[in-house]
Amino acid sequence: MSAPIAVRDLRVRRGGTLVLDDFSIDIGGGRVTGLLGPNGAGKTTLIRCIVGVQIVEAGTVTVLGEPAGSPRLRARVGYVTQAPSVYLDLSARENLEYFARVLDAPDRRISEVIETVDLVRDERRLVGRLSGGQRARVSLATALLGEPDVLVLDEPTVGLDPVLRRELWDLFRELAAAGRTVLVSSHVMDEAVRCDDLVLLRDGAIVAAGTPDELRAQSGSDDLEQAFLRLGERRA
Amino acid sequence: MSLRITGATALRVLRQLRHDPRTLALIVFVPCMLITLLKYVFLDSPVFDRIGGPLVGLFPLTSMFVVTSITMLRERTTGTLERLMSMPLSKLDLLLGYACAFALVAAAQAGLVSALAFGVLGLDVQGAVWAVICLAVANALLGMSLGLFVSAFARTEFQAVQFLPAIILPQILLCGLLAPRDEMAQLLYWISWAMPVTYAYGALDLVTKGIYDAELAAYVLVVCAFIAGLLVLGAGTLRRRTA
Repeated sequence: MSAPIAVRDLRVRRGGTLVLDDFSIDIGGGRVTGLLGPNGAGKTTLIRCIVGVQIVEAGTVTVLGEPAGSPRLRARVGYVTQAPSVYLDLSARENLEYFARVLDAPDRRISEVIETVDLVRDERRLVGRLSGGQRARVSLATALLGEPDVLVLDEPTVGLDPVLRRELWDLFRELAAAGRTVLVSSHVMDEAVRCDDLVLLRDGAIVAAGTPDELRAQSGSDDLEQAFLRLGERRA
Repeated sequence: MSLRITGATALRVLRQLRHDPRTLALIVFVPCMLITLLKYVFLDSPVFDRIGGPLVGLFPLTSMFVVTSITMLRERTTGTLERLMSMPLSKLDLLLGYACAFALVAAAQAGLVSALAFGVLGLDVQGAVWAVICLAVANALLGMSLGLFVSAFARTEFQAVQFLPAIILPQILLCGLLAPRDEMAQLLYWISWAMPVTYAYGALDLVTKGIYDAELAAYVLVVCAFIAGLLVLGAGTLRRRTA
């Protein structure tokens, strides 16, 4: 059986520049995969291809056996963009009520996800009046509503306090343990240790990929940050 | 297409407006103020009775044009449109949801403005007031579909607001409200045939004169065709995938 997310020979241009070229990767199910790399490495572009909102020049992206972005996948793939994409002129709960109707998620899910992202106290406030971290949580809660089989998150923990960040990572681990596919991009190395698989991107190419242990072994360093630096240098 | 999603979208748009009571107040207050001004500027003149009725039916067009173009631009720039496009929502759900919400707001707006104009200010028309309100709702949908379409060509809210004088004002000038079209220069006369507001005004002019004929039906049909055509064009600007 093929991997839940399979990318083959992908070529993508954004704003005239070639971001990904001849790019292939498999992302496994029941695991949390971390997509790491500096700004401009191509993380967001790859994520946009997987959720099917990016115009692709060549290659294929297959998610759960179907071409990325196909109508049947829309209820099965959850997507959190880097900037919180929710309505600022609605309350957190009203946002979730709307998206729950669109996804045909049961009403109880609304309260569940509000609890998950720890917004119970602020659920009636307008999102526009919430802090950046709280807005990010509303956006994340939206992606969790439909209990998607594949969850793709673009830097979901930026601006969140350490306690909540740890709770969310626990949640990602739980979702993966339940058999779902979780892909998280990050540029924070201390989150890398919590992933099952790591993919290090630079300039649109995979510099290194494997479990944290494998990457430590490959680089001969116990510290993941060191490991990445070494692997990056070797490649350069 | 799904009734559930269309309804949810309409409710969501109405809730957004409810959280912005100042905009709602302006939508109702501004036309009331303008129609009152018109009454006293043209006191003891037949002008108020001639253009007052059609104006009541045209106000929703301008308000909904602005409100829709800004709301839609926000959907595009804040990423909510991209999120919706990655969800099981058809473009028709979104467009019809908007249409239902704004039709409702327009009906309330036209109702209140009519109550003031016909009830308090003594605006006198031959035709039925309910027919004016119906046309006002149709014109609101015309303004909405125009706003939806042009929002694709604005990058910022400053640009979107400028589309009002750029796109609506010329149509108001040429539609026959201020000067009879057949007395205009030939070129302007022909251009006015291509503008939807010409038909919107044409229908209002007939209804306020109490004329219900085939010409009126034709005008209304053309307005409906413009709404449908603009919505199709607008749907074309809602992209599932972007570069």
